Amino acid sequence: MTHRLAGIDVGGTFTDLLFVDGSTNDVRLAKVPSTTDNQAFGVLNALDAANVDLHELDLLVHGTTTTTNALLERKLARTGLITTRGFRDVLELGRRTRPNPYGMTGWFEPLIPRELRLEVVERIDAAGNVLLPLDESAVAECARALLAAGCESVVIHFLHAYRNPVHEQRARAIVAKIWPNDFITAGHEVLSEYREFERGTAAAVNASVQPVLARYLTRLVDELGERGYPHDVLVMRGNGGTVSAGIVADSAVNTVMSGPASGVMAAAYTSLSAGVRNVITYDMGGTSCDVGLIRDGIPAVSSELEVEYAVPIHSPMVDVHTIGAGGGSIAFINEAGMLQVGPESAGAMPGPICYGRGGTRVTIADANLLLGRLNPNALLSVTTPVSVDDIAAAFLSQIGEPLGLSAQQAAAAVIRIANDRMAGALRMVSLSRGHDPRDFALFAFGGAGPLHAVELARELGVPSVLVPARPGITNALGCMVADLRHDYVRTINAPLAVLDIALIHGALTEQEAAGRKMLARERVDIESVHVLRSVDMQFQGQSHLLNIALDDDAPSLDELGKAFERAYWDRFEVALPEIRPVLVNVHTAVLGKRPPVDLTHLVSHAQSGEPPHSRSVWFEAGELSTPVLRREALLVGQVIAGPAIIEQLDTTTVLPPGCEATVDADSNLMVSVENL
Amino acid sequence: MTADKSPSNDPIGDPAGEPSGVAARTTDLDPITLAVIQNGLTQVCNEMDLAFVRAAFSPVISEALDRSDGIYHRTSGELIAQGELGLPVFVGTMQFGTQAVIERAKDLMPGDLYIVNDPYLGGTHLMDVRFVKPFFYDGELFAWLANTGHWPDTGGMVPGGFSATATEVEQEGLRLPPVKLYKGGVLDHEILSIILSNIRIADQRIGDIKAQAAALSVGERRLTALIDRYGKDVVNQGIEELKARAEQQMRARIQTIPDGSYHGRAYVDSDGVVNQPLTVDVRIEKQNSTLRFDLSGSSPPCAGPMNSVIATTRSSVYLAMKHIFPEVPINAGTFVPLEIDDPHDTFLYARYPRPVSGCAAEVSQRIAEAVFNALTDALPDRLFAAPAGTSGNFALGGNDPDKGRSYVMYVISGGGYGGNPASDGISNGCSTIGISKSTPVEVMEQHYPVLFEEYALHEGSGGAGEQRGGFGLHYRVKLLRGAARASFVMDHGREGPLGALGGENGGVNEVKIWRDGTLYRPAHLSKDQDIQLAPGDSVEVHTPGGGGFGLPYKRSPELVARDVMRGYYTKVQARDKFGVVLAADTFEVDEDATRAQRSGSREPS
Repeated sequence: MTHRLAGIDVGGTFTDLLFVDGSTNDVRLAKVPSTTDNQAFGVLNALDAANVDLHELDLLVHGTTTTTNALLERKLARTGLITTRGFRDVLELGRRTRPNPYGMTGWFEPLIPRELRLEVVERIDAAGNVLLPLDESAVAECARALLAAGCESVVIHFLHAYRNPVHEQRARAIVAKIWPNDFITAGHEVLSEYREFERGTAAAVNASVQPVLARYLTRLVDELGERGYPHDVLVMRGNGGTVSAGIVADSAVNTVMSGPASGVMAAAYTSLSAGVRNVITYDMGGTSCDVGLIRDGIPAVSSELEVEYAVPIHSPMVDVHTIGAGGGSIAFINEAGMLQVGPESAGAMPGPICYGRGGTRVTIADANLLLGRLNPNALLSVTTPVSVDDIAAAFLSQIGEPLGLSAQQAAAAVIRIANDRMAGALRMVSLSRGHDPRDFALFAFGGAGPLHAVELARELGVPSVLVPARPGITNALGCMVADLRHDYVRTINAPLAVLDIALIHGALTEQEAAGRKMLARERVDIESVHVLRSVDMQFQGQSHLLNIALDDDAPSLDELGKAFERAYWDRFEVALPEIRPVLVNVHTAVLGKRPPVDLTHLVSHAQSGEPPHSRSVWFEAGELSTPVLRREALLVGQVIAGPAIIEQLDTTTVLPPGCEATVDADSNLMVSVENL
Repeated sequence: MTADKSPSNDPIGDPAGEPSGVAARTTDLDPITLAVIQNGLTQVCNEMDLAFVRAAFSPVISEALDRSDGIYHRTSGELIAQGELGLPVFVGTMQFGTQAVIERAKDLMPGDLYIVNDPYLGGTHLMDVRFVKPFFYDGELFAWLANTGHWPDTGGMVPGGFSATATEVEQEGLRLPPVKLYKGGVLDHEILSIILSNIRIADQRIGDIKAQAAALSVGERRLTALIDRYGKDVVNQGIEELKARAEQQMRARIQTIPDGSYHGRAYVDSDGVVNQPLTVDVRIEKQNSTLRFDLSGSSPPCAGPMNSVIATTRSSVYLAMKHIFPEVPINAGTFVPLEIDDPHDTFLYARYPRPVSGCAAEVSQRIAEAVFNALTDALPDRLFAAPAGTSGNFALGGNDPDKGRSYVMYVISGGGYGGNPASDGISNGCSTIGISKSTPVEVMEQHYPVLFEEYALHEGSGGAGEQRGGFGLHYRVKLLRGAARASFVMDHGREGPLGALGGENGGVNEVKIWRDGTLYRPAHLSKDQDIQLAPGDSVEVHTPGGGGFGLPYKRSPELVARDVMRGYYTKVQARDKFGVVLAADTFEVDEDATRAQRSGSREPS
């Protein structure tokens, strides 16, 4: 029986740990600085800080940014490519775009440089027929040449391998005899979907982060073992599920962007437990906001995410959209005399003025401070304290004087504009996924999310906001509650009218069997296996896909047609009986459900020694004397009417006048928003 | 009610009146509300863009994003706001198109929707179909909502509309004056049937028509909500103020250009009919905070389809300035400091019945290139050498005997961008006027009876420079089954994209057709149509590379050696273009030989 669980998430600044002992209801937290060179030190420090006895620990679940950082900073393993003759430049040519709609400059660096991209004779057509047999000796020669060039990892990527992988499989076997390690990636294994640039990119990302991830995890697992931890480590992936450390490196690409995914998983778990099924997640930090969608308790998953310009990863990942607005976003007056907030950010260095690290330009965080929303004495990460007067002077000179406003009015304007921009971006995120934000609750976390969430919800017409008990360790909670998960996609691309339904049933059955087999390889307790099935469909001639969930593994053609029509109408309010529907992809996700984690003990309701007090805080209604409460001092069932400020170590929640928060059984703040 | 152009207490002002002053006007609006209204108007347009692209059928719209949505002034038709991801070339044209509708509109009621694609009425080419809808608030006309989408076909002598040899607009397709496609919200099936009877692949167009109309309905709902919240007067005041602010911002940017006269040129290979180059010649006078564009030195009207209507000519200048100053928001005020003289009697001022299919895709890019070329010396820290600047349109039409149906395949290709002060140019960037993605080879091979034999960088095509140009694309595609006809509308076959500040030109565009083992090259290099192909024949295309930026001899020898190791250039090219000599059997720089080469030779001027 699994009692003692630890979730450890490595973020950009902090490594967070959440430990729960289900038998004693002991809950421990730790927040220690991340160690960028080797994240394992931070993990071990967090375990020490929380006094976790590794001998007694039943399960450790880990979220790491090792692969995300390696990719974004291009600190990749030296990787070679063996591909179809005539196509070695696919990875460099991309899909013929440019970094920005306006401006003819910008740069793109291919994941594998041209001198390490080699070609062999082979060709398979779109129907899967072999047109040119594989030149097997050339494959071996390429592998030797890449080894000689110092490659540690290799990608085999052939055209139409999603349709017929025979050449990739054969080439893999040939390379395996020569290659000194297991870092061989065949494109179709990572993603069995058409589009050569996207499939090749997923494979190239996989191969080039694989050695980095494997080295990191080997060191971590060894170290944990030496310290007495007897079990498997689970690693968080971008699809919001976890997988055993022993096999995660096989599909290393799937750990990219796992940080944002674990936040959304925690949000889904916490919201469901609170009885809220439809949620927009809003994680605001220092430089950006991550926004995700949860519908009916299930986080939206996308296969079309782009990690940065021209780096698409089309394996299924929790659909998290990043908006360039965070506490460090800089406010300024542009040449038109208009107040603008962001997208430029002061980042962590020099950071907002209030961090005292040499920042001189006013930011969103400084505005929150000046308006009394943030407590100047309780800021994390301040180097040299800066006086509120200095910040006021900066607002006056940079924003106030040009616009004829006082320092406070200027700061208020910055918040208003920032909220307005964020609300617009949030709307676009939900609309582009086909949802009206008014049908959702806003789940706010991250250091700055709860500062802005209620006003943002009001702007969006969202009726309620949920601030979890521990907004600052949401990702660690996500690790702890995430299921084991394996995703599969297969391209079919046939009109319903000529589709052999047995093909669909066969694909669904095979995908489920593959997932169950993977679960069996992992040595982790699961309560049940859950299978999510869906298909991507479109009308003939369209290029955008609509994902439609399936109820079982044997849908009839008629059911598929009707479900698509219904989904299309819901989304676009357009009916097109004139045009034929096409089934493009079949998806299966196989989830191993772990035993539930009890959230009621996340906050220990200690009476705070601090007496209740109030301070002057700016709201749209004007400056109000506002009670300041400690989050730990709130009682289950307590109702707090705005205006109020609720402070806790990792965040501050702002309740404007007119809204009302209730503390629920899991110590979440459930805020009902009075709409405009 | 009727929309007319009679004087009213219209806050935007008459576009024909005096240019607005430099300073922002004073209004009662507080700066925060103003910013919120600006964001709100853009948001309305972004939501229209999104609704359109997600529901569209035409891959040119849904995948290539060849569409745009905006809000226009109720009487002047001036641009109020436009979606942030609209096709760049539609920046300016849509307000001219909306103005043409306003002049002809009568008996307006809610739910009316005009369709128009007449190029001479504020358009581009026939394939860009505009929907223009009056927007009512409280029973009164408040503004116009409009969008443009590129339809895959509007009839005419070749599938897809890009005839390289048309000499009259009637050969290019069905031309619609502004007519009400929806009356009071009801689709007019009679007009629809005329349209569908005159275009190819008509069965899917109903999907595009519904998507295009639905996008404007989304705009109606969102704009209504915005006005409900802030009130009509406040929104009107905001619109007026925002126009003045955008103008102010553009003027501030223009003031960074030294006063003076600048001259730039670009060349179109030919008009497709007469095999002679056409010149775009622009003289830009910069004075105080205005730029005056004189295009009158350009070539006279041409026989073939490379004429540009004035709306497209103007829009191309706007687009070029937006590429140079991307931070300036777009509304009618942005364009006020850009004074463009009507280039009468040139091919950039096309009148009926001159054929115009090439204006949106090709000539527009040459106009932008001439503007870039003119301003390089004025803004050396901001400009860039010329990009490939062609849409690289190759259309293949035929019948697939295996599938028993006819098809039209479009291959739209990118090319290299110019080197710039910060970096080398990117390779295979999209056209200057577009923001679209190319179609994957695996998708084309699924849909059409073709096999790609090569899809690679066009080696050596990046123009030499301290920052070199990016590389074009090189592809070869073979016809597998059935007979087919190939057509091309490309450019830069005669001369590559211009280098800047001493950089060399990028590599030229090349079209080769291999029929039964023999090579055929189009007489016009980059334009031809109806070339008959049999199974086994193949088409090979090299697209242009970008121009080089700065003197090639200043490029770091190590970067040249890296470029040779990557096969971007040969060792001979490294020596001849960059003055860098590499060791015979490695990629090491021979420093002595390089020094001798670089000092001994005259640097390119």
